[in-house]
Amino acid sequence: MVLSDYRIYEHPILDFRRGRRVKFYYRDKVIEAYEGESILAALYAVGYRVFNRSPKLGLPRGAYCMIGKCSSCLSIVNGVPNTRICIEPVREGTHVEPQEGLADIRMARKQETVETIKVETDLLVVGGGPAGLKAALVAAEQGAEVVLVNDHFVLGGQLVKQTHKFFGSRDYFGGTRGFRIAEILSKKIKEFDNIHVYTNGFAYGYFKGGVVGVAIHGDHPINLLVKAKTIIAAPGAAEKGLDFEGNYLPGVMGAGGAQTLMNQYGVRPGDRAVVIGSGNVGLIIAYQLLQAGVKVEALAEILPRIGGWFVHAAKIRRLGVKILTRHSIVRAIGSERVEKAVLQAYDEHFHPIPGTEKELDVDLVLISIGLQPDTKFFAQAGAVMKWVPEVGGLVPIRTWGQETSVENLFVAGDASGIEEATTAFIEGEIAALSALLKLGLGGKEVEARRGKLIDFLWNEYRMSPVVRRAREGKFKVTVSEEDMEKIRMGEYP
Amino acid sequence: MSYKEKGYIEPEELEKLGLLPPRERLEKGPIVIAECPEEIPCNICVHVCPFKAIKMDKIYEIPRIDWDKCIGCGVCVPQCPGQALFVVDLSKPGQALITLPYEFLPKPEKGMRVTLLNRCGEPVGRGVIVKAWQHDRTWAVTVSVPKDKWLEVRAVWIPEK
Repeated sequence: MVLSDYRIYEHPILDFRRGRRVKFYYRDKVIEAYEGESILAALYAVGYRVFNRSPKLGLPRGAYCMIGKCSSCLSIVNGVPNTRICIEPVREGTHVEPQEGLADIRMARKQETVETIKVETDLLVVGGGPAGLKAALVAAEQGAEVVLVNDHFVLGGQLVKQTHKFFGSRDYFGGTRGFRIAEILSKKIKEFDNIHVYTNGFAYGYFKGGVVGVAIHGDHPINLLVKAKTIIAAPGAAEKGLDFEGNYLPGVMGAGGAQTLMNQYGVRPGDRAVVIGSGNVGLIIAYQLLQAGVKVEALAEILPRIGGWFVHAAKIRRLGVKILTRHSIVRAIGSERVEKAVLQAYDEHFHPIPGTEKELDVDLVLISIGLQPDTKFFAQAGAVMKWVPEVGGLVPIRTWGQETSVENLFVAGDASGIEEATTAFIEGEIAALSALLKLGLGGKEVEARRGKLIDFLWNEYRMSPVVRRAREGKFKVTVSEEDMEKIRMGEYP
Repeated sequence: MSYKEKGYIEPEELEKLGLLPPRERLEKGPIVIAECPEEIPCNICVHVCPFKAIKMDKIYEIPRIDWDKCIGCGVCVPQCPGQALFVVDLSKPGQALITLPYEFLPKPEKGMRVTLLNRCGEPVGRGVIVKAWQHDRTWAVTVSVPKDKWLEVRAVWIPEK
């Protein structure tokens, strides 16, 4: 079978300096990849689109989130089923098999005893995105022993795929491209002997005495048990899915998933796209698709107004991208992948208007209708949660210092409610300062610094009318220390 | 319909927000126009301006250009994260010069003939690149345009060879 080449070689912003050549096996085929790619990215680059099948109907499953949050790409890697190949790095000689629906555990590689390693630390940081990296650095600077675990094999969270220059304050990397911020922070992390980094590590559970279990994947899997005096969890968010006919077809992808493919791995996700949802993610991705040479047929928004910031919309409008407000997708058409998409106009009651169907010739339907905080870790730990639609759904209640109702467990970043990178940095810093105070590693200076930062975040940064909704949402789940004590005692103030 | 419904802003809306320089100032020489009508928490332009010509008290206020201090140098054009800053020069006879941000391939070069696009991506004529320089991979492209199109042209497209 002659495979295609979807790798991007020339890009206006990015230089794809690909690593060493690596060969692995997919079924019985030899796949040539580059070190630093994920298995899925390498397969996508040569034309594969179907990675799994639905268990009952055998419908094709393609790439969706690309960051290890959904379960669309579960495959068998070196005999290990249910492996998320979107965050599994390519390694020489690896055998990868597609998993047709549910895996048969009896067929899995012989059950090995995995080595357990126990460590103790001042602070455990779960998640190496903007909030987690900032938290680890702030704590380490004050002398805390820090363990940082990250489920991806690369640090930086979703910063690694952000090619645009960030808004915000100079103090928090405003004006710098996201992927550069990831490079700067990751480099800084390495400079600290007191930060111990475990990539490919999934924090699977919180246990008595503040012990967190971390499954470290790879050639030498480890069960890492971290006994931490304080924990800052910043596991981020996942893209929401959308209900419509044919939404299972490969080619229907999270907008961020497409962004990962094109900007992190330099793999063109398709040729012609329609983007659903006009929040900042949708607007930014439409622009970045154009930069990667993908045609954007339209961007549809069911509301009468554009959701994201006007300046992002203006960037794509002046390059001729249509923004169809009061429109959404009704159907994706295709056999094993998207071949067409049908949009329809909606009235003010969100009812489809008959006769307004438009068929678009696209191979990509990118969903950007919002993010959902990834709060499984907090729920399992027993943190009291609250449903707050303004910030994406269920989130842990926390103090102004970011501590949850589970003592010494802090939350920061998108997992605390969807906002953006600048607030993630700030929340990470506030959480780290709070942890330092708990650890007795910070005096009056740390307390003053924290107070100033909380004041800037709430009384200046979040006062912008365009982010007010998020501020109101976060306000609903932020309580005083006294009220948190009551919540811990079982009363809800 | 407002800019939030259409995705592009009308000159009348810019005028109403006080974002357009007075006509006399425009005719004197290059000046920046900030097409930044929303209160985004961002103050990059304030920090990068070498002449301290952009004012903002709170981080989320819309940028206010001091028409006397701004010399239209264009340093801010490729650094604005929203790509919302444009330098317009109406002081030359015949043609207007517009400096705008550009982040696409092929690379812009002096002398290239380009398609001029308005705020909704419609081609409104042809122009010539008179200058192009880069800051962190964003080009600031100065293009000559028919004088009556100074308030229309906000993007260029370089046809592939």
